[in-house]
Amino acid sequence: MDLFEYQARDLFEKYQVPVLQGLIADTPEQAEAAAAKIGGTVVVKAQVKTGGRGKAGGVKVANSPAEAKEAASKILGLDIKGHVVKRVMIAEGAKIAKEFYFSVLLDRSNRTFLSLCSVEGGMEIEQLAEERPEALAKIAIDAVKGIDLAKALEIAKAGGFDDELSAKVAPIFVKLYEVFKKEDTTLVEVNPLVLTEDGKILALDGKVSFDDNAEFRHEREDLERDALDPLEAKAKAMDLNYVKLDGEVGIIGNGAGLVMSTLDVVAYAGARHGGVKPANFLDIGGGASAEVMAAGLDVILNDPQVKSVFVNVFGGITACDAVANGIVGALEKLGSKASKPLVVRLDGNNVVEGRKILADANHPLVTVVETMDEAADKAAALASK
Amino acid sequence: MAIFLDQNSKIIVQGMTGSEGMKHTQRMLKGGSNIVGGVNPRKAGETVEVDGKTLPIFGSVAEAMKETGANVTVMFVPPAFAKAAMIEAIDAEIKLAVAITEGIPVHDSAEAWAYNVSKGLKTRIIGPNCPGIISPGKSNAGITPSDITGPGPIGLVSKSGTLTYQMMFELRDIGMSTAIGIGGDPVIGTTHIDALEAFQNDPETKAIVLIGEIGGDSEEKAAAYIKNHVTKPVVAYVAGFTAPEGKTMGHAGAIVSGSAGTAQAKKEAFEAVGVKVGKTPSETAALMREVISSF
Repeated sequence: MDLFEYQARDLFEKYQVPVLQGLIADTPEQAEAAAAKIGGTVVVKAQVKTGGRGKAGGVKVANSPAEAKEAASKILGLDIKGHVVKRVMIAEGAKIAKEFYFSVLLDRSNRTFLSLCSVEGGMEIEQLAEERPEALAKIAIDAVKGIDLAKALEIAKAGGFDDELSAKVAPIFVKLYEVFKKEDTTLVEVNPLVLTEDGKILALDGKVSFDDNAEFRHEREDLERDALDPLEAKAKAMDLNYVKLDGEVGIIGNGAGLVMSTLDVVAYAGARHGGVKPANFLDIGGGASAEVMAAGLDVILNDPQVKSVFVNVFGGITACDAVANGIVGALEKLGSKASKPLVVRLDGNNVVEGRKILADANHPLVTVVETMDEAADKAAALASK
Repeated sequence: MAIFLDQNSKIIVQGMTGSEGMKHTQRMLKGGSNIVGGVNPRKAGETVEVDGKTLPIFGSVAEAMKETGANVTVMFVPPAFAKAAMIEAIDAEIKLAVAITEGIPVHDSAEAWAYNVSKGLKTRIIGPNCPGIISPGKSNAGITPSDITGPGPIGLVSKSGTLTYQMMFELRDIGMSTAIGIGGDPVIGTTHIDALEAFQNDPETKAIVLIGEIGGDSEEKAAAYIKNHVTKPVVAYVAGFTAPEGKTMGHAGAIVSGSAGTAQAKKEAFEAVGVKVGKTPSETAALMREVISSF
């Protein structure tokens, strides 16, 4: 999960990384009050998880609370690359002398962590990497040893900082690594890290991504999260691994790889049937019980865009007869709510028994097709009607 | 031959006494694997009856190895304890450690990997978040169904469990030397390249199927490796062409970030080195059939 800028700021503050005051506001009036509280010149910044806020008019300087109110009223509701601004952060102003770049992230390619650092900041890191690659230091970080002061000094030096500045930024790198490690993140980025005219180092803007797999060891119930699509919220409440897409063929399968593959096969088939597309990703996992199947079908059949459903299961750990019973049970459970045609492809463990169960049930909405490619074609054809 | 796992493999199960561990111990035994014991510090000294076989429970991996001569461990340990289980296996210097567990924090996997590197990589880790490895007719360490296919000339390496089963099923009349699921997490112990290298050196393997998916650059690196080091025919399949950017598709590692990790880029990387890429699993299987029939 990616954090909003204000959440990253708060997290940095918790780890004693120097930051400026920042208060959130959801209305122009709150923005005015926040600016009055901070005093002096402030910056009103849209809280959206996308780049290019400044260019889109999402960042404005305000010299008084009235100006902050005015700025917030312009920024709130703004659509920045499909992200509507619902919240702004009122940040204390700073007199910047120099801008730098620092990040630490998961380097999956090398199965370790990586720190990126440059004394030349103030632009997007991709741009810096492309235009001045020699100015961007890339230092591998051992996942056990991490970043201690010696490592931090090495990073700063490699990033082009002189001795005096290195001594100032290195302790902050150590603290930022602490955020990276203790908060189970896959990215901590500060851009820009700045030197103020009065000689202070500050983390002015930050990006942090949490590892979803580590949520179980952190207390984050109160954290503001992205608003989910209503169907995604429903699926999440039922503990289903679901991603809403923009298409007409509902997909249920077992195993992430097989479901991804199913989406692709449906998209190819859809190209032959009026351009219909997969409507979702839904992995019901190894144990495809009647309950899980019913929950999955319930979510998919509630998607008004869905015109047909493709159930694609390879019976590996779960036997096909259990899956078939799951489908029959799910349709019974859903009753008249099950209103769209289902194409089912079963293969693997106990496939003969599984297909027999579906044949005996003879449900008017269910068509059993032998191969994945043929089933995708059938489901796409039904969705294009 | 086969790779990493064969008829001489003696397997212990970390977390055997849990429900998943118990279920799959039973399945592995039924499939013919030589399981010699389990590990659970709280139940050391006890025994477990599985389908008429009495299996001893040891307090540690090292103890289990000493008493039984085990050279493979399979882990069914909950995510919160998986790092400790991996480090225990590394400290014991067991030859092969298969981590089935899904949902391990990536800092834990990265730390375990760094620890393994610092200890000289004496333990081959497969996974985490994987179905494990099977050398049909010889041994099975993990959750892959044992009876999909028998021994044969094809080596299979895949990021996905169910696509592994699917491909074994599609090619079941030909059979496999070894099928290995390397896992869908961002940090894994055995990569596509590791499997390619082993298959290239395995006289029993005549051709290789490689299955990849969106996220990371393992497939691109595999393509470069094939160009320089693999003389056996390889066909590939990549899942996730329709995955939207920025959404995790089931596997923690299956995510397109910006323009990185797309299925299209991976397909192009394979095709650029002469590896044929199937559009669907069955088309990929058909490509492999062509290869086999040309021998």
